[in-house]
Amino acid sequence: MLQQLQHDTEWPATAAPAPIAVRNLTVLYGGQPALADATWDAPRAGLVAVVGPNGAGKSTLLKAMLGLVPVAAGTVSFGGEDIDAARGRIAYVPQRSAVDWDFPATVLDVVTMGRYRRIGWLRPVRRADREAARAHLDSVGLADYADRQIGALSGGQQQRVFLARALAQRARIYLLDEPFAGVDAATERVILDVFRRLDAEGALVVCVHHDLQTVAATFDHVLLLNRRVVAAGPVATAFTTEAIARAYGVPLGPAGSPADDVL
Amino acid sequence: MIFTFLQIDLPAMLVGTLAALVCALVGNFLVLTRQSMFGDAVGHVVLPGIVIAYVVTGTTATWVMLAGAAAAALAAAGLVEFFRRVAGVEPSAALGTVFTAMFALGVVLLEQTGVARTTFDVHHILYGNVEAAIWPAAVDFSSLVDPQALAALPPQIGRLAFGLAVVLAVIVVCFKELRLVSFDPVFAATLGLSPRLVGTVIVALAALAAVVSLEAVGVILVVAMMVCPPAAARMLTDDLATQVRISAVIALASGVLGYAAAAFLPAAFGSPISLGAAGTIAVTAGLFQLAAMLFGPKRGAPRRA
Amino acid sequence: MPMACRWGPPAVPPTTCCEPMNVAAEPSLLAILLLQGGYNTVVVMLGAAALGAAAGAVGVFAMLRRRALVADALAHATLPGVALGFLAAVALGLPGRSLPFLLAGAAATALLAALSIHLIASRTRLPEDTAVASVLATFFAAGIVLLSVIQTLRTGGQAGLDVYLLGATAGMLRGEAITLACFAVAIAAILALLFKELVLVAFDAEFAAAHGFPVRVIDLAVVALVLAVVVIGLRLVGLVLIVALLVIPPSAARFWSNRAASVTLISAVIGAASAYGGAAISAVAPDLPTGAVIVLVAFAIFAVSVAIGPARGLLPRAFGSRRAAAGEAA
Repeated sequence: MLQQLQHDTEWPATAAPAPIAVRNLTVLYGGQPALADATWDAPRAGLVAVVGPNGAGKSTLLKAMLGLVPVAAGTVSFGGEDIDAARGRIAYVPQRSAVDWDFPATVLDVVTMGRYRRIGWLRPVRRADREAARAHLDSVGLADYADRQIGALSGGQQQRVFLARALAQRARIYLLDEPFAGVDAATERVILDVFRRLDAEGALVVCVHHDLQTVAATFDHVLLLNRRVVAAGPVATAFTTEAIARAYGVPLGPAGSPADDVL
Repeated sequence: MIFTFLQIDLPAMLVGTLAALVCALVGNFLVLTRQSMFGDAVGHVVLPGIVIAYVVTGTTATWVMLAGAAAAALAAAGLVEFFRRVAGVEPSAALGTVFTAMFALGVVLLEQTGVARTTFDVHHILYGNVEAAIWPAAVDFSSLVDPQALAALPPQIGRLAFGLAVVLAVIVVCFKELRLVSFDPVFAATLGLSPRLVGTVIVALAALAAVVSLEAVGVILVVAMMVCPPAAARMLTDDLATQVRISAVIALASGVLGYAAAAFLPAAFGSPISLGAAGTIAVTAGLFQLAAMLFGPKRGAPRRA
Repeated sequence: MPMACRWGPPAVPPTTCCEPMNVAAEPSLLAILLLQGGYNTVVVMLGAAALGAAAGAVGVFAMLRRRALVADALAHATLPGVALGFLAAVALGLPGRSLPFLLAGAAATALLAALSIHLIASRTRLPEDTAVASVLATFFAAGIVLLSVIQTLRTGGQAGLDVYLLGATAGMLRGEAITLACFAVAIAAILALLFKELVLVAFDAEFAAAHGFPVRVIDLAVVALVLAVVVIGLRLVGLVLIVALLVIPPSAARFWSNRAASVTLISAVIGAASAYGGAAISAVAPDLPTGAVIVLVAFAIFAVSVAIGPARGLLPRAFGSRRAAAGEAA
């Protein structure tokens, strides 16, 4: 049974509430817990990697935060508010958008959708909105593709478009689900560049990440999940061999190394 | 000649064209949300509603029929939801079961209550009654601006104009919401816009379009117009706003050309046969779609990932 | 001889050879169900049962492959074919309502519709439901236009064409019933032969393709079977409602078993029972269009299945969970 480790909350308990506070969150999938009794406080700002084996509940955590899946137990609050009050400052880039790629929408149309909430419901889209969207499109290097139909782009380019859409929301918190999975090198560079910029602006980026090797280089915080929270905190202190082994279910041999008979 | 045109052809053409317009406009969003079969569904389920409404109230007033149709549509939606959610029936199975059963019920009720033999002709719900729209008050072209004469236009036109106004207003005001939910409902949810709410708006608009059109042009036209003009427009553009406009133009053209073909073509060939106007308009829309699929610049093979 | 004819001028008794119905003594419904209704009625009921069984069995695979909507379009697409067949027969100097012409026409336009749907869905950016809906609407509208043309021709004999919309047992010949029975046997044979392929493709087409199964051929076979059921069933159930026989029995059967073979068998039985019972009721009340009655019987069986069917039925589930809760409390 994996124990929940004490994790570093980074601020004294009397300070303002965490931008994301997860408490005893349990999500069931077909009767089984995809996420079991998860408790976590996000750091005030920075880049957080959410890692864990397949089926660990990483995507589920993000979707549960956004209210996209039903929650069996527990709560999520954003700076003390619930999701519906906080939506204006949260942006989401899902793993693989299940959209109709034949839809009559250009790249610019899709990025502009990120501004719809700021425009206000039942208000028209104005030129200023389109110009702002164009700027965000430019920031991911796709300015020349603004008038292409969304299906005419490569997979990596489409991922960048959805990233630009999230940027157009000008959120404080960005939730991304495996943005680096299966993208080309150019897209990877763009995403890293966007992360750096967001970090510099003081935003909080929570990113489900699949590649353990690049965690330390890219992120400053980590959340290790295996249906429960295994470890959480700054990479330097929380992202240890022992914690990784615990998250991935590899039993430990003497001196903290994986047992020989497993290899 | 102008006389007959104004009194007989113009109102009929107007009815056919207005119905085509209102159905095509809302049809754009049905097609984009994979609900192209909506018109077909509505056509099946309204029959028992209309018959029951007549039996209960004893009148054939249009508002009675519309109320019956609306009630039947609601009942159908409720039943489908019940079978899907509670009973766990597969969605298309639930749809097919409810729609065919309700239509069968309507047919049986028709017989048992003797409705088919009265002046209330449900025949027209299926095949349309475009030709019945006449405007005896028309004298010459000045009647088009004469308020008294206009007031005597057949009532279907007023109803259709109302439906068209509502549909247009909602599409204009809610355009970005409709576009957003049609394209990416998950993203819409994360922005705080409920896809279910917008989806309900689309269905409600479609139901309104169907109900105001049914009595005048029949199921045939409603089904065809909700699908064919939007589908044709899809072949011609990548921009949603342009698609909606093109679909309106095609609907208009189908209405005018279709009616003209039905009314004047046989006579032009010296043939005594008559073509039903509603069916001909529907076939015209289908032909536009065929042309668009064969020659449209954006017809290309699907990209779906 | 009563004809269930709904959508045109009052019915004209056919002058072609039909054995008259036995109306000397009016048998009760129960007697009819027990095959006491007279030779004609029995023949019709058994023929209907054969059709119902074939439709029920084929319907399982149509449903599994999401072809139920396509079946609806194919059924509606038979109308212009029926009209064209009529016109062709008349042009050749034959009586308009010559069954071979009508059915050949029906099959031809339904086939054309199937081809159109496939082409539209695969070659254009339109999704399948749009392809199905537009083909259904256009073909059916064309059929309506042709029907109205026929109505204004003075060839005579067109009054009964409308029977193809809603179906009728009255006037069914013994030969037709035997054709239906043979057809049902042929369907059963084909399904038995291809059963494991059909189930495999229905469950996981990609896996089947990867293993070298000819997925497209199997799919074509399902469409062909659906087409055959639609064309054969036209006369009895009518084009508007034949789809119900392809959809409702499989949906009902699903509540009685979780295994493909059992579901297919049960669906065939339910289809047969619905058609059998519906034809019986239609014999007692000849004003009611047969197709509608058969569909309502099928729906009644469906409702019962949903309520008490052992596999996923509502009552068994409620009962089961209560028992589980009681078991835990104990």
